[in-house]
Amino acid sequence: MKIHEYQGKELFRKYGVAVPKGAVAFTPEEARLAAEQLINETGSPVVVVKSQIHAGGRGKGTVFRDGKDIGRGVKVVTSGGGVAARDAAANMLGGTLVTIQNAPKGNVVHKVYVEQGIKIARELYLGMLVDRDTRRVVVMASVEGGMDIEKVAAETPEKILKAFIDPTTGVTGHQARRLGFGLGLHKEQVSQFVALLSSLYKLFMQEDAALIEINPLIVTESGQVMAGDAKVSFDENAEFRHKEHESWRDEGEENATELEAKRADISYVALDGNIGCMVNGAGLAMATMDIIAHCGGKPANFLDVGGGADEARVTKAFSIILQDADVKGIFVNIFGGIVKCDLIAQGIINATKALGLKVPVVARLEGTNVELGRKLLADSGLNITPASTMLEGAQKICELVAKAP
Amino acid sequence: MAILVNKNTRVLVQGITGSAGGFHAKKCLEYGTKVVGGVTPGRGGEKFEGTVPVFNTVDEAVRETGADASVIFVPPPGAADAILEAAEANVRLVICITEGIPVIDMLKARRAIEHRLGKDLFLVGPNCPGVITPGECKIGIMPGHIHKPGSVGIVSRSGTLTYEAVGQTTAVGLGQSSCVGIGGDPVNGMDFVQALELFNADPQTESIIMIGEIGGAAEERAAEYIKQHVKKPVVGFIAGRTAPPGKRMGHAGAVISGGKGTAQDKITALEAAGVRIAPSPAQMGETLKALLAERGMLKN
Repeated sequence: MKIHEYQGKELFRKYGVAVPKGAVAFTPEEARLAAEQLINETGSPVVVVKSQIHAGGRGKGTVFRDGKDIGRGVKVVTSGGGVAARDAAANMLGGTLVTIQNAPKGNVVHKVYVEQGIKIARELYLGMLVDRDTRRVVVMASVEGGMDIEKVAAETPEKILKAFIDPTTGVTGHQARRLGFGLGLHKEQVSQFVALLSSLYKLFMQEDAALIEINPLIVTESGQVMAGDAKVSFDENAEFRHKEHESWRDEGEENATELEAKRADISYVALDGNIGCMVNGAGLAMATMDIIAHCGGKPANFLDVGGGADEARVTKAFSIILQDADVKGIFVNIFGGIVKCDLIAQGIINATKALGLKVPVVARLEGTNVELGRKLLADSGLNITPASTMLEGAQKICELVAKAP
Repeated sequence: MAILVNKNTRVLVQGITGSAGGFHAKKCLEYGTKVVGGVTPGRGGEKFEGTVPVFNTVDEAVRETGADASVIFVPPPGAADAILEAAEANVRLVICITEGIPVIDMLKARRAIEHRLGKDLFLVGPNCPGVITPGECKIGIMPGHIHKPGSVGIVSRSGTLTYEAVGQTTAVGLGQSSCVGIGGDPVNGMDFVQALELFNADPQTESIIMIGEIGGAAEERAAEYIKQHVKKPVVGFIAGRTAPPGKRMGHAGAVISGGKGTAQDKITALEAAGVRIAPSPAQMGETLKALLAERGMLKN
């Protein structure tokens, strides 16, 4: 689960990670008030107005309104005070911000973050995530701040410094110093960096983060080290012990169908094809997409109904697939381990009876209670074509969809 | 022979009084697995299905029953602790079925037992279907009836794709020596290399099917190992050729990030190691049969 920059920075403050002063604004008027307060507090006339959307690349991204380019997603206001900040916010709010990460659709800007202007001497990069190959939290630091870090990793991997953190010790002093000096920081700045990194690691572990990225990590002209941005996402498996995270979720930033599926414990990813897939197990669900492509079709989605699927969840899954207007046929591919085939069959029958079924369905059921499941489908009177293997099923649904008007 | 489990394996079920634990404990018993005890804190002294004693702690259960394997159905908040409890009680084989354990819990748990893994302790999973040696011992949630004793060792990151490989190797008459689901989580116990080492050393295993998926570099490490050590024929399949980058495909570990971990990278590495890649997930069995025929290893 991703959160916005302003929420990430609030969390940074809570854990003692240095950030510039700032406030979120939902209206141009709120932006004016926030800017005036910042100008008062800091004595500097410079403020930055930043669009808050989940996609990165906002500074270089373009805000569109009625199809017209009306500026970048981040605006530095050097003079004109609160009124200028208000106008900048008014431009962004309600506009669609298209960046390198969310193009071509873009996201509508519903809030902006108004932040004190900082005189920047250097822009660095700092990231933290779980490295599955070493089974450690890995810290990545680079002098190439403000850049697309994946590009840096691909083209000049030697510019990314890494430290692997042992969970029994946490970030050690020597690891943090090695990164700090490696970034070319001065002695006093290294001390600040060590403190910042240790706070950040504490946040990562206590909040069950999946990814934290600070790009750029700023060194100010006066020598302070602070987070210029905050990209934070959380491990969805740990949500049970972080009830407060749910209130940070911005549903407007997420795919509505994927969110609906998630609420029902279904893994669903929308794709751009026309054959809906309902499968149990993530690996089989991916392989089902692969075999549809192998047979010349295009999958409309990835869908894993999960291990503990009951009748209600299958009904929900089937109705999610049926909601996709592009779906011209559905392939049900179930190899029951935990999932019982009769429950799957009953779920399919419930969903089709409730929602109506206008597209062909091919069902391949195998595993626990398979005979019962097949019989339920055969006796249902619904237009469901049985298949005995996944290859046969994929071929059949591709043929049926190809023939469809 | 076979690997990890056989007819003498004595099994505990942690979380035996829960719905999933109870359902699958029963299925394992029906298969003939020696389920010698269950563990649910606070339910010690009860009997599961009127015969299997339930204990409050794994330690007590091991002392009373002599169990050497444990399968975990404990819900996610307590599952990593359940792994540590079994490890501390000196259970040799710990199989964690639980799906949805926080990554940081697994990071810490694995760190605590890392020095023992592959020596006096094997951890399979979490988020996996378990381990089966057909006809002898089934520990996990796989449908027992599709298996058949035989010569193919199967190792997989995906549960249901394992069943596909099992169904297909049964259909072509080869059967399985043992099947190991290593699970789809980013931090787990046994990896491909460890499972391949065991299959490579097992005389009953004449060939191997290895099923990977997008994300991480475990398949690439397996390819390196195969290249250097494995003479037995290996068929591979990698799920997720059509998966879009940056999207998590169900499993926490199945995501192509930063252009790394694509199906094509893995296929290239495995092919370079001499692994025959099945063109579709429906053709793992026939691909293996054809490979065995080429090498003159097909018995009639």
